[in-house]
Amino acid sequence: MDRYKLRVIKDRLMKVLVYLALFLALVPLFSILFEVFRRSFSVISLDFFIRPTPTVGEVGGGIANAIQGTLITVGLASLIGVPIGLMSGIFLSEYSESKLSAAVRFFHDVLNGIPSIVIGIFAYAMITLSIGFSVIAAAFALAIIMIPIVTRTTEEALKLVPISVREAAIALGIPRWKTTLTVVLGSAKKAIVTGVLLSIARISGESAPVLVTMGFWRWWFSGLNRPAANLALNVFVFGTSPFENWVALAWGSALLLLMIVLGISVLARILTRGRY
Amino acid sequence: MQNPPRAFSFFHNLKAKIVALPRMRLKGDDVFKLVCALFASSIFMILGLMVYELVRGSWLSIRTFGLNFIVGTKWDPAISRVFGALPLILGTLVTSAIALVIGVPISLGIALALSEYMPKKFGFGVSFLVELLAAVPSVIYGLWGIFVLIPFLRNHVYPHLQSAFGFLPIFSGPIYGGGVLTGGIVLAIMIIPTVSAVMRDLFSSVPNSQREAMIALGATKWETSKTVVSYARSGVVGAIILGLGRAVGETMAITMVIGNKFQVWPSSLFDAWYTMSAIIANELLEATYDLYVSALIHVGLVLLFISLVINILARLIVWRTLRLTRGIARE
Repeated sequence: MDRYKLRVIKDRLMKVLVYLALFLALVPLFSILFEVFRRSFSVISLDFFIRPTPTVGEVGGGIANAIQGTLITVGLASLIGVPIGLMSGIFLSEYSESKLSAAVRFFHDVLNGIPSIVIGIFAYAMITLSIGFSVIAAAFALAIIMIPIVTRTTEEALKLVPISVREAAIALGIPRWKTTLTVVLGSAKKAIVTGVLLSIARISGESAPVLVTMGFWRWWFSGLNRPAANLALNVFVFGTSPFENWVALAWGSALLLLMIVLGISVLARILTRGRY
Repeated sequence: MQNPPRAFSFFHNLKAKIVALPRMRLKGDDVFKLVCALFASSIFMILGLMVYELVRGSWLSIRTFGLNFIVGTKWDPAISRVFGALPLILGTLVTSAIALVIGVPISLGIALALSEYMPKKFGFGVSFLVELLAAVPSVIYGLWGIFVLIPFLRNHVYPHLQSAFGFLPIFSGPIYGGGVLTGGIVLAIMIIPTVSAVMRDLFSSVPNSQREAMIALGATKWETSKTVVSYARSGVVGAIILGLGRAVGETMAITMVIGNKFQVWPSSLFDAWYTMSAIIANELLEATYDLYVSALIHVGLVLLFISLVINILARLIVWRTLRLTRGIARE
């Protein structure tokens, strides 16, 4: 009887510990959300969205140039990364029987595990060293970070389409490639868009590869072969600066970034709910 | 079919010949498959190019220092221009190890809570919250670390730790706030979503017959959970190694909280240190001569090698376990 009691006590204790672990992990999330909102409250105004980075000592200023720069860099990265990821995902899902696809899948996982700073160094060695700090180098690095994510989510989205849909199309005499491009892609549209959005959210928040390929830029965008301002990098540079004004802008940039990233995650969750 | 214009007749004839050849017909399907395969194969080009560019970029450093780069303990870009990365490698590995010590038990608890303890309906929402933690950009963790976590730890946690365990050398010395332990804690927060998500999937794939057998023997919930964990144990090891891979490559957050001080070994857990990723982020833009740049790319190459080894190992282990448990579940 005594030993039984001991077991029950242990059981209860572990139950408490397990829920405590869950609680502990969620504390940082809520703390980050709370602090970002609280500390950026004072800086959010119309000026914040329409004015560029202030010079040191200047009052006010905003992050309009960083919004512009981020849009251009992330847009260019998506132009490179999304088609490659999409086609690779189609290949992995529709031709999964081939030997090549096992190798491709494995190396996509490997690429996904490579730290973003290493990918940044790669783009630095390949592009920045020859043409200088530029949007092109940063977009190249971000595209590489994006490719495995888009590939993975596309593959998984296409695999969720029932095989009977493909069979029905082929039975109607539609060639396989047309089936893939219209019927299969069409029915997995939502999930694929979700994957692309998630990858965009991920690269919008990347700062390490942007730092080493583009550096910090305080002005407006002035060409693809020159640097541009970046939201995530703003958080780093402003946040570690000694100027109060800049620190406030760092929290403001963090709020915008967090809204984009979490907004896309929640949207993705809603879009994919209850598929098949 | 209408007659083609004159100018294209040569190609038209050629095409007609090709089409006429049995089995040699270029069908839309083959073209499409080929195009897809080409895009998919770009991954090999990317990885190959990455290794090539990193080796090329660090060649000057490799030639100058050789193996001394990995065992050297001096990093002096200003005067003697000698570069040794051992302290950086140690910094990366030790902070990652601290992250695992803190993060793995918590991840294990989360995974068990989500897969064994919580009702499924409720679990979905909570695991989404944990996943959101993974979506928060690294640099925001860093900002939060500097302005929220560091003051909190410096004022409310570290003094108590020191008064309780101060007799141990690792808890002695001055408290700055930022440092090795703070870095480990931030890394732990960042790997928890990854590790716990993989563990949750592993536990969910354990066949129910295992749980039923334990319950039939009169086991408590905790004893049943222990069986589930031990059933998936090699996968759990894989998940931990996966977390290690994440921690090793983390850059911005750790750069912002670790203190960035180049030394072979810190005097205590509260002392500042440096990591491989942090030195690249901090010094690459300031590197003024070729050997300096080359040494930093060399650090990147070492980091690539370490993360490749860790990730490939982890993938192989997780894959094997998932296949194993799913195979049994199907039988």
